[in-house]
Amino acid sequence: MTDIPVLGVILQFLGYLLDQLPFIAHAAVAVAIPIALAAMCGVMCERSGVVNIGLEGIMLTSAFVAWIAGVVALSVLGPSTPTPVFGITLPLLIGLVAAILAGMAMSAIHAWLAITVRADQIISGVIINIAAAGLTGYLNTLISKQSPLGAGGFTPLSIPASVSSLPVVGWLINAIFAQGPIAISAFAIMIVLQVYLFRTRWGLRTRAVGEHPRAAETVGINVVRLRYRNVILSGALAALGGAYLSMELTTSFQANMTAGRGFIGLAAMIVGRWSPVGAFGAALLFASSRAVSQAILFTKPAGGLGEFLGSIPPQVYDALPYLVTIVILAGLIGRSIPPAADGQPYEREAAS
Amino acid sequence: MNRARQLLLQAWATLALPFVAILLALVAGAVVIILSSALVPGHTFDPSLPITAYQALFQGSLGSDNARVETLVQAAPLLLAALGIGLGFKAGLFNIGGQGQFLMGAVASVAAAGALKGDGPLVAIPLSLLAGCVAGALWGFIPGFLKALSGAHEVVTTIMLNFVALALLSYLVAGPLRLAKSPQPVTAAVGDAALPIIMGRDGHIGIIIAAVAVPIVWFLLFRTTLGFQIRAVGANPDASRYAGMKPRRMIMLTMTVAGLFAGLAGAGNVLGINHQMSATFSTTVGFDAITVALLGRSHPIGILLASLLFGGMRAGAALMQIKAGVPVELVDVVQSIILLFLVASPIVRRVLRLRGAKANLGTTDTISRTYGSEVIR
Repeated sequence: MTDIPVLGVILQFLGYLLDQLPFIAHAAVAVAIPIALAAMCGVMCERSGVVNIGLEGIMLTSAFVAWIAGVVALSVLGPSTPTPVFGITLPLLIGLVAAILAGMAMSAIHAWLAITVRADQIISGVIINIAAAGLTGYLNTLISKQSPLGAGGFTPLSIPASVSSLPVVGWLINAIFAQGPIAISAFAIMIVLQVYLFRTRWGLRTRAVGEHPRAAETVGINVVRLRYRNVILSGALAALGGAYLSMELTTSFQANMTAGRGFIGLAAMIVGRWSPVGAFGAALLFASSRAVSQAILFTKPAGGLGEFLGSIPPQVYDALPYLVTIVILAGLIGRSIPPAADGQPYEREAAS
Repeated sequence: MNRARQLLLQAWATLALPFVAILLALVAGAVVIILSSALVPGHTFDPSLPITAYQALFQGSLGSDNARVETLVQAAPLLLAALGIGLGFKAGLFNIGGQGQFLMGAVASVAAAGALKGDGPLVAIPLSLLAGCVAGALWGFIPGFLKALSGAHEVVTTIMLNFVALALLSYLVAGPLRLAKSPQPVTAAVGDAALPIIMGRDGHIGIIIAAVAVPIVWFLLFRTTLGFQIRAVGANPDASRYAGMKPRRMIMLTMTVAGLFAGLAGAGNVLGINHQMSATFSTTVGFDAITVALLGRSHPIGILLASLLFGGMRAGAALMQIKAGVPVELVDVVQSIILLFLVASPIVRRVLRLRGAKANLGTTDTISRTYGSEVIR
């Protein structure tokens, strides 16, 4: 191994990545979407001063509700022909709406515990996670015995080969748009949230409430109401991430199918420094480590490089996002500082 | 007479809230059972189904000698891990890493048992348990060190380390520790390091170890200078620093000891029950232990009682599923509702006019407040 010039190996690896770029980029986006949606939910909560480690539970609940609402809607309404684009049917839409409502309901519980009860927000998040795992597991065991017919899933947009093979931008268009509706809208949500958070009055108020609620209150911002609204609304984002898992990536629910994506979302939020674009970027970065490992599995690069890459255990790619987060949190590379009032319950001063 | 009455009132003040929370959670669980029974095909409305389920749960946890032993077997790892997490709460630390510390302890003890093959139980058992303790302690030390070094919040780092532990475990079991020629990735059996059975079918000696840990932790917390310092740092890090204590050192130490307990729990489970590890080895102990520590209000005696309750529920859940058709996951549902009522205690107290019961969950109210702007000097 040591005889191979290092520079040559690096160049060969870069060449390999470039060669595999269309595959890696597309796979990375598919993996990143639920993580990014969870992370943006976290951004919205924590920017307004509420810690949310219940992302995983909100996603899991929504993944389950999306599926079960689809099952019920299908059995009531009967099958219908899906639209040619995205394969949308009425039961699928009902499932999606139900999932969003369920996610917002879970968020509302968290908001109530964090804001009104002023409970420890970490414990509140733990409750959301345990309750979601318990309830979905419980209902899934009861229901899956009958193996009910699900409403299926959304289908990805088909990009004509003439577009996806365009030079320079073809792979990018393919990666972003050869996806289902939830994935594509996640990109739109990222842009909207970024603009709203940093360019509008709502965004300024949200950030003020997250940094210094007392000062925000003195200029007439209703801290409690704004926090409630943001936390509950943010639930819709994590809910989309959950619905993506059970109606776009797959077409049914499995027990504990989020498998830690909510927690990687938390990591992406931190690495992305509490901004929507940053969080999305971090999610893509985390996902591309998985996508590269998939690419290596399918098409091994030639020669010594292939042998070396093939010998890296796949668990390294699994652990990488978490290790990166720990390193960044410890301030070894850059520094990531949460909003100042993050996690602190707000108590209005007595009106006497 | 007056003194006895005062003691009784005091006991009620401490126990009322957990007791009410458990009771309400069981009622809520019954509602879940009844409502969800409509999902079973060909169901007939049966209002006594929750009673059947809880009877089976009770029978499976306390109804026979074997059931009682099973309860203790299930309670032992919860007790150990929750003692560690409770210690963290006392120091103002929220250790969500019980899961990772447990897994690291388990895999390290299997590795040690493999290396000590043929050395006889007298050598293999203590050294394998020790390996589990060391690995768990290391997995607890890392977040403690990071917090002391740069203020990286332990909630996030321990969550991340849980997943790193999962990946590391899967790598070790599929790679270096894999039993040669086995179709699935599993480790070799622990052999001599298997813990001796002291009661019933599978009541291993880990039960005794866990029980002994209770007075040790109690003594450490309430009768030593170290314990006083841990509690002082948890109550007010700034004040304790001005009093000459070293909060950073306490944080590292507490996290390490917490990891040690969780690691010991993992080692005890794998040496006492599983006797080998597969790549998909999973457990709910890490998260259950958080609930146990909260329900027990971070007090060793409270944690002992709470771990027996949860051990019993885990032990009886299987029989409940067989006899009443109620899935075992009901235990998780009940568990989360217990936590919900504990956390919402100000409201519970107001509604039920519980005057004596204090609202706090120990010292946890200082934890997530430090999330945003934590600087530990």
